[in-house]
Amino acid sequence: MSTDVHDLIRKPSTAGDPQRAALGIPELDACVHCGFCLQACPTYRVTQLEPESPRGRIHLVAAASQGRVETNARFASHLYLCLMCRACETACPSGVQYGRIAEAARERLGPPGGPVARGLLRLVLRRLLPFPRRVRAAAALLRLAQRLGIIWLASRLLPRRLREMTALLPPVPGRAFPSGRVYPAAGAPRGRVALLSGCVMSVMFPDVQEATVRLLQRNGYEVVTPAGQVCCGSLSAHNGETASARAMARRNIDAFLAAAPEAIIVTAAGCGATMKEYGHLLKDDAAYAERAAQVAALSRDATEFLAAIPADPPPPTQAPLRLTYQDPCHLAHGQKVRAQPRALLRALGADLVEMEGADRCCGSAGIYNLTHPEMSQTLLAEKMEAIRRTGAEVVVAPNPGCVLQLRYGAARHGVPVRVVHLIDLLDDAYAGA
Amino acid sequence: MENNPHDLRAAERAFLPLALPGGTGSGRAVVEVDHVSNPALLEDLRRLVGPRYVLTEPEDVVVYEQDGSFMRVMPQIVVLPASTEEVAGVVRLAAVAEVPIVPRGAGTGLAGGAVPAEGGIVLSLARMNRILEVDAANRIAVLEPGVVNLDVSRAVAPHGLFFAPDPSSQAACSIGGNVANNSGGPHTLAYGVTVNHVLGLEVVLADGSVVRLGGRVPDAPGYDLVGLFVGSEGTLGIVTKAIVRLMAAREAVGTMLAIFDDFDAATQTVTDVTAAGIIPAALEMMDDVTIRAVERGLSLGFPLDAAAVLLIEVEGLREHVAEATRRLRDICARNGARAVRVAADEAERAALWKGRKSAFGAMGTLAPSYYVHDGVVPRSRLPEIMRRVREIAGAHQVLIANVFHAGDGNLHPNILFDIRNEGELDRVIAAGEAILRACVDAGGSLTGEHGIGLEKRAYMSWLFSPADLAAMRAIKEVFDPGGRFNPAKLFPTPPGCGEAQRAPGRIPAGLWI
Repeated sequence: MSTDVHDLIRKPSTAGDPQRAALGIPELDACVHCGFCLQACPTYRVTQLEPESPRGRIHLVAAASQGRVETNARFASHLYLCLMCRACETACPSGVQYGRIAEAARERLGPPGGPVARGLLRLVLRRLLPFPRRVRAAAALLRLAQRLGIIWLASRLLPRRLREMTALLPPVPGRAFPSGRVYPAAGAPRGRVALLSGCVMSVMFPDVQEATVRLLQRNGYEVVTPAGQVCCGSLSAHNGETASARAMARRNIDAFLAAAPEAIIVTAAGCGATMKEYGHLLKDDAAYAERAAQVAALSRDATEFLAAIPADPPPPTQAPLRLTYQDPCHLAHGQKVRAQPRALLRALGADLVEMEGADRCCGSAGIYNLTHPEMSQTLLAEKMEAIRRTGAEVVVAPNPGCVLQLRYGAARHGVPVRVVHLIDLLDDAYAGA
Repeated sequence: MENNPHDLRAAERAFLPLALPGGTGSGRAVVEVDHVSNPALLEDLRRLVGPRYVLTEPEDVVVYEQDGSFMRVMPQIVVLPASTEEVAGVVRLAAVAEVPIVPRGAGTGLAGGAVPAEGGIVLSLARMNRILEVDAANRIAVLEPGVVNLDVSRAVAPHGLFFAPDPSSQAACSIGGNVANNSGGPHTLAYGVTVNHVLGLEVVLADGSVVRLGGRVPDAPGYDLVGLFVGSEGTLGIVTKAIVRLMAAREAVGTMLAIFDDFDAATQTVTDVTAAGIIPAALEMMDDVTIRAVERGLSLGFPLDAAAVLLIEVEGLREHVAEATRRLRDICARNGARAVRVAADEAERAALWKGRKSAFGAMGTLAPSYYVHDGVVPRSRLPEIMRRVREIAGAHQVLIANVFHAGDGNLHPNILFDIRNEGELDRVIAAGEAILRACVDAGGSLTGEHGIGLEKRAYMSWLFSPADLAAMRAIKEVFDPGGRFNPAKLFPTPPGCGEAQRAPGRIPAGLWI
């Protein structure tokens, strides 16, 4: 076959298609609608409706870009019933980047829901998350409300579905994990890493962040939590507030590159996936594109980083614990990190029992459990059943959203398991030595 | 994405048949009926299956306009029944309203079989996805049509059994679609196609009656209506249940990848394997373009510098597998294979098959569209026909990725293109037609397993005489006198038309595929 024929493919082909060109979603081209993604999609499996499948949503976005369907409420409902779990990307033989397509479509749609929910969500995404101090203040308020029983009282007034969801919310800890600190390495330093303090992580899971620091220190790393860092922008990017996401990404790029770390450690899968996409998010920003790609290349999930370095000293082996592992979607599908967390668990001497569909979404999916409680509950019920069948005593998930959702699920469905972040388990192993 | 609410439904319907040889529609006078504004029909359908499962809005039905092929026509209504009774009800309502019904499984077909060529109702069987019974002792399973092919083998694996038809799309495609298209797969070579594995069917006929064909044991007396319905592409009735045979897993399996620097040497190897009297369980071929697509999409370790690879599998008793593997290695070596890699474990075997089975889906890494044909030739003619395919690609200036069931002589030339490029689709269709013509001239057939669907109906007259086709039409008349089941499929139009008729300027400007 002559090379000139090879040149036929992939030549710029938007000539006849101004709308598609204007839409600027080149990722659409790679989908040849083979349908391999259908069975990988949680919302398709539940509904059996193709508009609720990845292929269907891609088709809808393409049809809209051709002006053949409207981007109305119905269109938006299909795009937003998606969990953004990206399991379809794992299933796709052509490597279609569904997440990018869906985010681009959501950028044009704006946040989900009716006018009130939209307004509220915009407020949170634009005025709260980008400001660490406001996040801490909000958390403190929430803690106060919890202690005074106001939340319980208020939840009586909420519709039943939402009332149930307030059960998701664990007590807010009395302290937040601070940024702007440097933690020295224990023993001879091997290197210097930065840690994303995180918006939710810093106020809801300060213990996980502290444990991460201890683990890294123990392994010879100096840990910096650069001042000036903010929320990674993940929730904004997923919910049609891409401009806010870009703004946050720029601030993080400045903050993290100034610290000159050899890696940026992230303890939440969604945040890690988003930071690894910074290069794409800011590809059209001349001032930031290159540095955004640098940050993306430096970003590592904590489990990914820890599995790649020889543990020194190695964690002591524990009495074998029967446990099962939940793949966080944005770790398994978004970052293709599957083997590393399992390797860490095995190094602990754990008896790892795989559940069916370990890489299927638990229904947490950022704020999805709040925006789509019904679908979220259906997926959670399936997940708890799969966990029950393993007979595991502990469920491990290296991601805060999954941990909260699964704890709630275990209580609601009466499954006798402890749900922990992988980092906590590792830290406990050292502490127990 | 701006709001651009013009309804192109009529234009949609008009453009599609122009894109393909054979002209428009079924040849019957097409009466423009706006089924959506038939409130009685919609109300009845909603009462029957529930409002959630009757779709009419463009933002819902548009995703049902296409299958795995590049043809598309918008349906007016999509209905998703949950039971045989509901299917029968939909068929009766459609009969009263005189609306066409196009059954749809998972929409993975490659010949436009699930495309509602004349609009009407798309009947999705996705919700009927239960495995009703597994009878391991008698090695049968009773399945609803929406069951995913691979889920059958997964469900019966604990009994040491599997469902043999294994289309490459088996992780997605449905049993109903397999029955409609008489689907094959890589292991067709050893196990035959779907019809060899269906013992009985439950079918809803055009008048809404429910009949049982065949049964739980082979060779039911009377007419072989199971054989008639399998492969009928949804033109005779709606399958609502299938009783299928299960096969026992073999003691041992050997899977190897033979790597060739010369394409002709690979095809010659296929011919030699057959001539030596070895019947592998599967004998698949992938060329350099296909390898590139698969590696871009999945990075499985296929050799990017090879001209072609053969994926060969043998199974049976341990001793047989060892002996067959040795003989196959010899034949490959004699034909100049650079290397023969034998899968060391199940993980390596799975990776090889993943590459093969994902090949069509991976074409998106090379081009936005592909048009795949499914011609069959006698195995002895394989080297010759593959040379011809390359000549045709050169003559029409198209890029072709070959990945196919070499052992069956069943070609799958994927013609890669971008529909948006002026004139490209014309060349693609012409090249495809030339390849099919060459297959038929070599004593072969139009399709091995994908079905005739919408795309190849005009070529039926290459294979069958007017009298042959009239006999088929007579069958269609018996089961579907109103012509409402999947119209415009299978038969060439207008009746008796010999060569394909093409309208000039097939794709109107501004239309999208």
